[in-house]
Amino acid sequence: MASLELKGVRKAFGSTPVLDDVSLTLESREFIAFLGPSGSGKSTLLRIIAGLETADAGEVWLEGRRIDRLPPGDRGVAMVFQHYALYPHMSVRENMAFGLKNARVSKDEIERRIADAAAVLEIDPLLERKPGQLSGGQRQRVAIGRALVKEPKLFLLDEPLSNLDAALRLRTRVELAQLKQRVDAAVIMVTHDQAEAMTLADRVIVMNDRRIQQVGPPMEIYTRPANTFVAQFVGSPAMTLSPASLVQGEGEFAALTLGDGTLVETRVPRTSLPAGELRIGLRPEAVRVARSGAKAKVELVERLGERTLIYARLADGQPITAEDSGNSRVRIGDEVSLKIEGASAHVFDAEGAGYHRAES
Amino acid sequence: MSGTRDWRGLLFVAPFVLLYGLILVFPLLRGLWLSLNQVDLFGAGHFVGAANYARLARDPIFAASLMNTFEVTLMIVPVLTVLALALALALNRATKGAAIFRGIFFSSAVLSVTIVTLIWRFVLAPDAGLLGDLWTALGWTPLPFLSDAHLALPALALTTVWWSMGFPMLLFLAGLQQVPEDMYEAAALDNASRWTTLWRITVPALRRTIVLVVMLQTAAQLQMFGQSQLLTAGGPSGASRTAVLFLFETAFAQWQLGYASAAAEVLFLIILAVTVTQYWATGRATAQGK
Repeated sequence: MASLELKGVRKAFGSTPVLDDVSLTLESREFIAFLGPSGSGKSTLLRIIAGLETADAGEVWLEGRRIDRLPPGDRGVAMVFQHYALYPHMSVRENMAFGLKNARVSKDEIERRIADAAAVLEIDPLLERKPGQLSGGQRQRVAIGRALVKEPKLFLLDEPLSNLDAALRLRTRVELAQLKQRVDAAVIMVTHDQAEAMTLADRVIVMNDRRIQQVGPPMEIYTRPANTFVAQFVGSPAMTLSPASLVQGEGEFAALTLGDGTLVETRVPRTSLPAGELRIGLRPEAVRVARSGAKAKVELVERLGERTLIYARLADGQPITAEDSGNSRVRIGDEVSLKIEGASAHVFDAEGAGYHRAES
Repeated sequence: MSGTRDWRGLLFVAPFVLLYGLILVFPLLRGLWLSLNQVDLFGAGHFVGAANYARLARDPIFAASLMNTFEVTLMIVPVLTVLALALALALNRATKGAAIFRGIFFSSAVLSVTIVTLIWRFVLAPDAGLLGDLWTALGWTPLPFLSDAHLALPALALTTVWWSMGFPMLLFLAGLQQVPEDMYEAAALDNASRWTTLWRITVPALRRTIVLVVMLQTAAQLQMFGQSQLLTAGGPSGASRTAVLFLFETAFAQWQLGYASAAAEVLFLIILAVTVTQYWATGRATAQGK
């Protein structure tokens, strides 16, 4: 059965539209990430589901029940806030019990649920402390615990890792993934961090400019981006987009030439491409420094240890990002040859829609 | 740390220290000295030791004025705190109407005590006042607020609450702005009713402000003077004479400056004790709350 269903949700703040006809269906127990830049409407959508904002139009259904007219507390959702929003004058235990007491859950049941959640999250020793006495990571756990004890049908996580330092963020990411296996509910996480979205989510919803740009499993988002926005937003560093022209011919797959004349033989079916202007999309790992290939002048070198990123310009001045091994000797100002792996190239039309290699 | 650095630092605080000494510390000590002397308007006076204090302890008028002061403080502070909080809660929104009402409710605080008592004379007068008319309209006999021994203190309290509401309301509004919005959102998701939200989220978040308001108002009302002097002149027969009115009369009507100074010292110690007790009690509570 579908867990959450959004039907034609619209929202505007005054004369500024923030969501435009958003529809979406979640499978039960699915972990979904809303990924997008600031202002893409992802947080507003989360708040509409939670009931903290009202949609101007559209419907929200959760497990067969329409919830968009219900107050937040009656919707069967629990939320972990970006800044945790723990009640500062209540102990951890009271923080977790507050919602249950309001819902008139029995005392024994409250105790049992808190004990279970505390064990899972390893916050047993913290139960009598106040939020002010906890570290950022501990507060995060308590905030998750407070959501967990409600046994909701849907968890909403608003930028759950953004307030943690890098090391803790990685650890919490792993723990969230493990937690996901334990709970019998769907999860929606809002994030602007693609690594979080890619590693945690069953499906990623990429949002930009008031709309859903693409819905799909992480690897599909990465390998088959629906448009230039998704192509450039997902993946770091961003995909190189370069104007290219189709070489007329007979073959099954399209061959294109870059501005400097380099030929790229893609695996994109020739018949799928529309007429008109085209751009070719190349991820850094599809462009390698080699003995021969397209000539390019190096403008910047980033040494990341296991690999080296090379920002260069082709002979016609077109920027291109390439990859080399970790022990690369390439330096700024060098002239290098780049081998472009056409099999993993993407093609985008004038409207920005993406065309990819035929699925095998 | 060198010696020169020390005295140069003193220069920066000197203006404050001098003024503080001149207008606060010196009068305090001078008052203490006066209270140990019998002084009138003429002549130097002479040292009498603790005699003034001994006389105060036996003075029924002073005792009555202290009781009046405590009573009126107890009438005012809880009511004022609750009403100011209620007003702040009602007006803590970003609408034009709320802004206008914030202005209206604060406006009474800018009036001087003379104007306030003048207004309330008209309100409280039984024959021609607002309340008198109201009582008559309801078919009751108008109450003589200012001339009945049992109604004089409540009348002072009423006037004071009306006058003093603005500032505590402002403090509560400032406190409310500090409560993060996501706290209320979390409470909404936690199924908290409006009442629960008020008691479990808002009031605890305003703890410090409530303590501040209660302490400031207690110290202020223990020093009530203008309302008592101008509205009832302490009457009828001393029923609304406050401690400060007592020492004003003693000092500037009877010119017993030493005796009045002793009364002032006693009042000072009482206010100090009350404030320190409140501070200590709430400090402990806040420490537990951490």
